Amino acid sequence: MTTKLNISDFLDQDEKKDLLRLLTAGSVDDGKSTLIGRLLFDSKKLYEDQLDALERDSKRVGNAGDNIDYALLLDGLKAEREQGITIDVAYRYFSTNKRKFIIADTPGHEQYTRNMITGGSTANLAIILVDARTGVITQTRRHTYLVSLLGIKHVVLAVNKMDLVEYDQKIFDKIVNDYKQFVTPLGIPDINCIPLSALKGDNVVDKSNNMPWYKGPALLDFLETVHIANDHNLKDFRYPIQYVLRPNLDFRGFSGKISSGIVHKGDKVMAIPSGKISHVKGIHVYEGELDEAFSPQSITITLEDEIDLSRGEMLVHPDNLPHISRNFEAMLVWMDEKPMDRDLQYYIKHTTNTTRVRIDQIRYKVDVNTMEQSMTENLQLNEIGRAVFMTNKPLFFDPYKQNKSCGAFILIDPITNNTCAVGMIIDQVDASDLASTITQEDCERMRRGESLVSAEERAKALGQQGKLFIISGKNIASVREFSGILERRLFDTGHFAVVFDSKTLQVSGEAMVSLALSLQKQGIIVICIDSQNEITDIPTGTIAIQLSDEKTNDTISADKDRFTVFCQNISSAVEDVINIKLS
Amino acid sequence: MSTYKLSHLKELESEAIHIIREVVAEFENPVMLYSIGKDSSVMVRLAEKAFAPGRPPFPLMHIDSKWKFKEMIQFRDEYAKTHDWNLIVESNMEAFKAGVGPFTHGSKVHTDLMKTQALLNALDKYKFDAAFGGARRDEEKSRAKERIFSFRDRFHQWDPKNQRPELWDIYNARVHKGESIRVFPLSNWTELDIWQYIRLENIPIVPLYFAKERPIVNIDGNLIMVDDDRMPEEYRKKAKMMKVRFRTLGCYPLTGAIESEADTIEKIVEEMMVTTKSERTTRVIDFDQDASMEQKKREGYF
Repeated sequence: MTTKLNISDFLDQDEKKDLLRLLTAGSVDDGKSTLIGRLLFDSKKLYEDQLDALERDSKRVGNAGDNIDYALLLDGLKAEREQGITIDVAYRYFSTNKRKFIIADTPGHEQYTRNMITGGSTANLAIILVDARTGVITQTRRHTYLVSLLGIKHVVLAVNKMDLVEYDQKIFDKIVNDYKQFVTPLGIPDINCIPLSALKGDNVVDKSNNMPWYKGPALLDFLETVHIANDHNLKDFRYPIQYVLRPNLDFRGFSGKISSGIVHKGDKVMAIPSGKISHVKGIHVYEGELDEAFSPQSITITLEDEIDLSRGEMLVHPDNLPHISRNFEAMLVWMDEKPMDRDLQYYIKHTTNTTRVRIDQIRYKVDVNTMEQSMTENLQLNEIGRAVFMTNKPLFFDPYKQNKSCGAFILIDPITNNTCAVGMIIDQVDASDLASTITQEDCERMRRGESLVSAEERAKALGQQGKLFIISGKNIASVREFSGILERRLFDTGHFAVVFDSKTLQVSGEAMVSLALSLQKQGIIVICIDSQNEITDIPTGTIAIQLSDEKTNDTISADKDRFTVFCQNISSAVEDVINIKLS
Repeated sequence: MSTYKLSHLKELESEAIHIIREVVAEFENPVMLYSIGKDSSVMVRLAEKAFAPGRPPFPLMHIDSKWKFKEMIQFRDEYAKTHDWNLIVESNMEAFKAGVGPFTHGSKVHTDLMKTQALLNALDKYKFDAAFGGARRDEEKSRAKERIFSFRDRFHQWDPKNQRPELWDIYNARVHKGESIRVFPLSNWTELDIWQYIRLENIPIVPLYFAKERPIVNIDGNLIMVDDDRMPEEYRKKAKMMKVRFRTLGCYPLTGAIESEADTIEKIVEEMMVTTKSERTTRVIDFDQDASMEQKKREGYF
């Protein structure tokens, strides 16, 4: 008990506590705000007048009936109160005898993915809430995916509202099973599932008597004891120069925060990108000099030699270098209302280094609900994709998975200055050798003569499906006219088509069709002119059109592929073909 | 490896130093807003730390509402002198000459003219593109959502619904001409952290924070100190000596004291740990209207 301690002892002890930053994610109805309210309340950090204000507010807009609405304590902004939902990231602070905590409280609904990403970037741990009655839902998957994307190493699946399912172990076990199945491939190292009721207080601060079958710790107990010391990368020394400190002619120091690793006085260090070598002469802080320093300390380093070094450059150990490259691949989360513009050169800020960047290619985007990948040309608000970047100046980076602080970056819109996207570097890409992404399996496919580009990719890239037309008729002039108009109209409507004529190609009709089929497979629309009227074997899926000098009752419809067209009606027939057969 | 771990205070200190240096590296003309309060005192020390053994390359600016406690002004001038700070003091002299004050015009008009307007005029006058403030997120509900680098448009307005995403420790410092950023290096500090740090670092603070016998008038339940004879006679004549201290400092007619015996930091913390009143209650101005802080922030007040 703290009351037994004298206050000086308490303070001496308190100032040595460490800090756990945690993220909470859940939907409006999962009781997230109630859970946080209870953590704050039960850790005795809710002051009376905040409770007073709460009572006043509850009378006006509360939505928890006669109970205290803990959520009102948290949802600060007016607009949110009116909507009854949290719309932004809010930070909360509380402490216990063992630790200090910073909670980033983020909203659950989809349009605010960017806020969850914002709240989670510095978190050591994430609490993902599910309602025991509904179990693992799409949103749970989405939140977990985002947590894994951010590289958060510890996850607590808080199965809330156990009181509403009679504290049933079977229900809890099923939810845990469902969750484990889905979460395993994401590679989050530490996952714990806790059954609780935020409203009733079961397993939040104290172990609940209602769930004797649960042998694990209560939530707060777990938060107080989870081991986070190894979450920092202490292996790879990275020291981005933040500011060159020259208070007088005798002192030239390089100020910065150690991104990762440890540095000692006397260490041999390399400046990058220059490659110049020197030794650490001193590690300076306000209080004096240190023998060693480690991440995330803010220090000032002096060097034995006068080497040129400025903001954005980096000091590292020469036997442990980061990637130094202008090309890399990263997962990108789009954060701006204004969609990605591939023609724009964005600013990229990575550690203390700012330069311009071009998005060279988007490999795919990920549906955060299903984890499915699909092709895309750009990203919009809340979309996540894997992209290849090319910067104007080289960046000095590590993969985000290995070293968060040297693998993270933001993109800034050069026109609005908004932070429009954030990224996590996967690895470097050799500009001249994109084959570095070709897998063994791909090699096998190439050996078998298969293409590495799928029909779907081509269809996406070209914006159309491949199609084969065979146009024939006794009057070759009508056939050419029809083919010519069809080609023109296809082009005008955004299609890509080529015209083959067996006569000008000087091949047989059969050879022409075989060639055309291969192009069709690759997504091209091919119009074959059967000028000798010799094609009898028409492949399935092909649209065969016969031009006739006589009137016909035949109409163009979706359910058949062979038509006769009156040669006076060519223009309207072409429009029908495009509208009906190509839409 | 467990020795390579920072205490929460050292981690917060390092974070704040990083933020302060980042502003100096990226902005042309930053300023540190100095309120003379305990949070400001911590922030100023962090700035001194960030550039040691050199000096912080920006001035301090105090917006003097002309109704601050005399002891605050004395402390301010003394601190700036002994710690070699370039101190700018700005006031809304026009309003002051017109006689604006909390007793005559009420707290809302006074705060608007003497604090908000004075601050905005000063920011325009010196064309500062970044201004440090000592606000903490745990102080007040609407502050819980504010970014560390908080963007302000040409009219110094904050748009809480349209804040720039802020991730990791990478801060977006890009602004167009006329726009600015308010920077809050103490965002993640709590009141207890502030006291701990003051104790650990021996940071001087205004003596008003410590309990002492002072002349006090009870005005509508607020214990207001008689700091000068601009307080109307009708109140002054009711003054009694009481042992009080202040949990926050501002304009003396708008800042209530609490009865207290705490005359050391340890006692203050002890009192704080058992007290049931959160710190901003003694700021009279918070009672003006619901969500009043958010309103003030939108208008440009810190």
